[in-house]
Amino acid sequence: MINGLLQIALYLGVLLALAKPMGAYMLRVYEGKLPAVVRWLAPAENLFYRLCGVDSKQEMRWTRYALAALWFSLLGVLVVYGLQRLQDLLPLNPQGFGAVTPDSSFNTALSFVTNTNWQGYVGETTMSYLTQMAGLAVQNFFSAATGMAVAIALIRGFARHTSETIGSFWVDMTRSTLYVLLPISTVLALVLVSQGVVQNFSAYEKATLTESVSYDQPKLDDSGNQVKDAAGNAVIEKVVVTEQTIAMGPVASQEAIKQLGTNGGGFFNANSAHPFENPTPFANFLAMLAIFIIPAGLCYTFGRMVGDTRQGWAILASMTILFVGFLAVAEYAEQQGNPAFTALGVDQNVSATQSGGNMEGKETRFGIVNSALFATITTAASCGAVNSMHDSFTPLGGLVPLAQIQLGEVVFGGVGSGLYGMLVYAVIAVFLAGLMIGRTPEYLGKKIEAFDIKMASLIILLPPLIILGGTALAVMLDVGRSSIYNPGAHGFSEVLYAFSSAVGNNGSAFAGISANTPFYNTALGFSVWAGRFWLIIPVLALAGSLAAKKRIPASVGSMGTHTPLFVWLLIGTVLLVGALTFVPALALGPVIEHLNMTSVH
Amino acid sequence: MLKEIRPAVVSFLLLTLLTGIAYPLLVTGISQATMSAKANGSLIVKDGKPVGSSLIGQSFSDPKYFWGRPSATGPVANNAAASSGSNLGPTNPALLDAVKGRVQALRDADPGNTQPVPVDLVTASASGLDPHISPAAAEYQLARVARLRGLMPEAIHKLVAEHTEGRQFGILGEPRVNVLELNLALDAAR
Repeated sequence: MINGLLQIALYLGVLLALAKPMGAYMLRVYEGKLPAVVRWLAPAENLFYRLCGVDSKQEMRWTRYALAALWFSLLGVLVVYGLQRLQDLLPLNPQGFGAVTPDSSFNTALSFVTNTNWQGYVGETTMSYLTQMAGLAVQNFFSAATGMAVAIALIRGFARHTSETIGSFWVDMTRSTLYVLLPISTVLALVLVSQGVVQNFSAYEKATLTESVSYDQPKLDDSGNQVKDAAGNAVIEKVVVTEQTIAMGPVASQEAIKQLGTNGGGFFNANSAHPFENPTPFANFLAMLAIFIIPAGLCYTFGRMVGDTRQGWAILASMTILFVGFLAVAEYAEQQGNPAFTALGVDQNVSATQSGGNMEGKETRFGIVNSALFATITTAASCGAVNSMHDSFTPLGGLVPLAQIQLGEVVFGGVGSGLYGMLVYAVIAVFLAGLMIGRTPEYLGKKIEAFDIKMASLIILLPPLIILGGTALAVMLDVGRSSIYNPGAHGFSEVLYAFSSAVGNNGSAFAGISANTPFYNTALGFSVWAGRFWLIIPVLALAGSLAAKKRIPASVGSMGTHTPLFVWLLIGTVLLVGALTFVPALALGPVIEHLNMTSVH
Repeated sequence: MLKEIRPAVVSFLLLTLLTGIAYPLLVTGISQATMSAKANGSLIVKDGKPVGSSLIGQSFSDPKYFWGRPSATGPVANNAAASSGSNLGPTNPALLDAVKGRVQALRDADPGNTQPVPVDLVTASASGLDPHISPAAAEYQLARVARLRGLMPEAIHKLVAEHTEGRQFGILGEPRVNVLELNLALDAAR
């Protein structure tokens, strides 16, 4: 208990202490005043622009900025799709995996390009090393860099006045990759290897088991048909396994950017629960830090760029308060364990020699504290990496990830997308406050007018429309229902989680659901795309509109947006909008299940 | 509209070479040169042949061994070529049946042991490959293993302690016992 609180306090302490240096570093990167550690790369950056035919001084209007981001992403979809479809003909495929199916390739391509990393496939039995590193991991960089670029563009919208342009997408994206994502990933990957994360191109290793294991399977004849006995029953044969095949691969390099870019797509099926992705508590600590470091730092970058660091701290404070609240619920619910187990003679009490609690779908080295902490972090951000199986969480423990995704992942959030999502909520918050006192709302010296509110409303309303509409569609159709794994209310939660995760570009799952079907691959593929670009385009439109406005000086009637009052207003807005939208759906899933679980026992 | 296509194509190509080829090769090169045992899977080698990885769990059902976490991988438990959790929800009857069966198997293997069973010993791990159990789960099985091997509990206790890791840096994670390493040490001690 005490140790658990200490671990959480240590995590938050280190994160918040790093927010300012990280934010200051990114500020210099985006303003082109490169910090000394990366200044030697500047000639390479300039050469890069020359080869691309980009004039780095030439800025873009928001429409052109959006178009550049779209072209870059569309290209990503084509390449990732192609790599999967052709991987059997390409090198670095020691296990000889065949081409991935068209619907799964489509889903995975969209999913990785949009920073979602929803995975319908099993990594270690599907993807060649080349597909993983040159397709999926590359999108981990690109989608993160795109998100960061869009966030910086929106900040410029607030920071500038009477400006036609909001920056250059190519410059922002390139600098994000070259100076932020790549150097940190390289260092992180090497530290992860030191903890035991694998990094090689070998074929899967074979180890002789100390004790052989066996399983039963229907016997097949030479042509692959089931053999039947005289009574017409399938003949069962016993298969004895004396070797363990251990999957390998270039994991550490992918793992680092997977967390840092809040992508979350695991090299292996079990994601960050797999000992080769996340072998030690320290590796786990670094992973959690990597997920939040850029989103937290960007708050400071934002404050500096708009000329008032208090504005950035107010946003960061709102995020932190929301996060601690959600974390407390998840930790408490998981530590309580499963009441049904106690009746079976199982000890779920925390003690010096065991973590206790609901350990189904959790790893011993992480226990309850680090599993619930990781789950809260990964869904506060749009990461979606998991070090425990959310599908096996207690109903309330599972409600936390689900609800955080549905709020739009604005609690720290994805790299870039978290900040631009929260800034949109800030616009809504000042609008609500303006309505209450009958004044034109202002934020950071910009009048918030009809067009801005329309864009903000689109950003707030589109995701619930697709999440709730998609869930409703899926549970009405046989093809939607037949993929459900757990019975009862929990089965509904699986579908709701799938659409929430896709639209929120999260990528985690209540993974019992069999999502690798044409229906889900298509429906969720559409959802991830809409959840990304139907938001990025209005965000950039908002940026363009704000940048063009005049700055009005603060007067006595202006509401301070750096005060504790505003922090609570912002938190209230996020929770209120989320609650009004999703409480009915949550009541049908986790809430009913919680009542079932606690009333039966 | 089309003005952005050249920068898109060229930057995509160049950055793919950088982040998709050069970066993983650089990390592989440094790792293999300086930390090759870890980069290659922390394998445990006996008589020149790998017998497992210290990070990957194996299945034990013989009562004279310590048993590890239940594993939901298919078709066999602890299939390190297809990691997976059970994904059973907390109110799924199949989960309760599974736990009931595991409690019974532990009781059958050690009649007379009526202590409550530590939860990690009867619940499936997230990866299906968890190499560890809690110290409580090792303690629960200690008397059984000692009896079946005809050894003093103190001797086994010493081995368990040797294969128990505390929290990392004294604070991070949970204390844990590496099951495969412990069982290999048990066999070697005989």
